[in-house]
Parts: sequence; structure tokens; C-alpha cells
Amino acid sequence: MTQRVSIVENILNANDRLAEENRTRIQSAGVFSINIMASPGAGKTSLIEQTLSRLNGKLRVATIDGDIATSIDADRAAAAGAQAAIQINTGGDCHLDAVMLHGALEQLDLTLFDLLIVENVGNLVCPASFKLGTHKSVLVASVPEGDDKPYKYPGMYRGVDALVINKIDLLPYVTFRMDYFERGVQVLNPGVSTFPLSCRTGEGLDAWVDWLTDNAK
Amino acid sequence: MHELPITESLLKIALQHAEKANARRITDLHIVMGELATMVDDSIQFYWEIIAKDTIAEKAILHFRRVPAELQCMTCFEKYHPTDKELVCPNCHSVGAKIIKGEEFSLDAIDVE
Repeated sequence: MTQRVSIVENILNANDRLAEENRTRIQSAGVFSINIMASPGAGKTSLIEQTLSRLNGKLRVATIDGDIATSIDADRAAAAGAQAAIQINTGGDCHLDAVMLHGALEQLDLTLFDLLIVENVGNLVCPASFKLGTHKSVLVASVPEGDDKPYKYPGMYRGVDALVINKIDLLPYVTFRMDYFERGVQVLNPGVSTFPLSCRTGEGLDAWVDWLTDNAK
Repeated sequence: MHELPITESLLKIALQHAEKANARRITDLHIVMGELATMVDDSIQFYWEIIAKDTIAEKAILHFRRVPAELQCMTCFEKYHPTDKELVCPNCHSVGAKIIKGEEFSLDAIDVE
């Protein structure tokens, strides 16, 4: 005989619970943490490099870099001045999840740091669904990707606390209607902190670093 | 690609509840999936057939109930369905909306024997 068992459980619950654990752990060590997400090539690692260079030792920074393979990103972060740089190779997974971050946190003595930067796998879809437990989520958009991205990837754009618009030095060369882009962002995420900048020229980076420093205090 | 860990999670939840109900077999899973949830039901089905093998959920049928997206304008409170190219309120053209429906992704019930 068939019987109906009512459940109504969010399928991502297990991940969300572990994310809460991660948060408690980071929080109790007095560390401020961000999760940087973007499509591949938007400039996540460049932003981390430029941020480290501008912080110039003012904050003790650990980075955790997620990639499908290689340690290129962690190497770049370490070379740019991160006191610790851990690479997570997801082995094909298209995003970081709370379990992977949990494993990486095991390798860090969090009490030695003020700021933890987690660099997610380059992807505009999946990372939005998997909470990690960091304090703030940051999305790096870049001008050459086009101005329609908030419309195509609403899940990613609506859930972030800060939005960096990178490569603004390329605005004269590509079609990117800033007003259309920003309208798409504002519909679902009104008042999100937005930082137009260029990691190549350095324009706009100070405002971003100030936001980060203020939050990390 | 992320449907694999999600399907694993789905199986785990279903098996836990089946065990609590002392079930011998899970015959059906009723899954609710919002239009904005970034999941592909065909992918879940594909992984399901691989990972549910040799469990009491092996032959279970997956039923997906789709929930259309619904936004509510925070200026005029009109409820609307967003289109591909425009997210602003079709009534007053304001920005600033809340997602009322469409992000659901849950296992609502299972049928067991």
C-alpha cells in the first residue's frame, strides 16, 4: 500500500547548515569575510591582487581560491601579498560549497587574520545557490561581458551585497549602456553598494578598498 | 553540473524520511522547482538514475512541479511576471521589486510502500 510522507524540506538545507557553522567559526575568530563571484575573466583575481597591493599590509589577509584545476590563482594572491593563500581544486564542480570552504578553513589559523577573501569558481549561475557562510557576497561584473547580464542572471545579481563593475577603461570601445545595466541591478537589488573601477588603470579602486577596510574594522 | 550534489542531497533527504516511516520502497518523489531556481530537471533525472541504484528509491519516479516567477513592485505593489529583457514594473516602471515566487527548490513529499 502506498503512503504519502509529507516533507517540505529545502534540498539545499544541508549546505545551508554547514554554511552557518562556517560563519560562526569565522565570526568568532574576529575575521571579516567576503565571497567574490563572477564569470570567468571578469577580473576576480586581478581585483584581489590590486586590493592586496592597496591594503599594503594594513589588514592581515588570507585568501581561499576555488578553481576546477591549477593553483594559478592562489599563487597570484600569495605573490601579491596575501599572508596565506589556499587553493581548493573542485575537481570539476562549477562552484564552491559550504563543505569545501569548511575543509579549507581547517587549514587556516583564523586568529592570525583580519580579512578572509574567498574567490569562487568563475561562473554566473551556480555559486548563487550555494551559501558558504561568508559575511558579504561580492559580484565582479565587467564591461566587455555586456549590459544584459543582470537580466540573464537575476539570481546572481539579486543576492550580492556589493557589485564591482570592472574594466571601465574599456567603456569607449564596447557597447555597454550603464543605465540599462544599473536599472537591471536596481530592480532586484536596490541600493546595493556599487564600485565602477578598472584594475588595469587603478581608477575607482580606492572606494572599493575603503568599503572593505570599513567593513573589516 | 551542480545537479549532481543536489541530486545526492535529494536522495539523502528522501531516504531519511523513508526510514522514519519504516518504508520498504520509495515509489515517487514530489519536487517543487521555481522558475528562477537554477536547476535543470533533466539533469537531476539523469543523475538520479545513477545514484539511486541499489537503494530503496531505485525505481522511484521524480515529479517536478514548476512554480512560475512572480515579482512584486515595492512602489505600486503590482505583482508581475518578469520578461527576458525587462525586470522593471510594467505598471509604474519603478525599480525595486521583491521576488514573491520562483526561487523554491524543495522536496515536498514522497510516496512510500
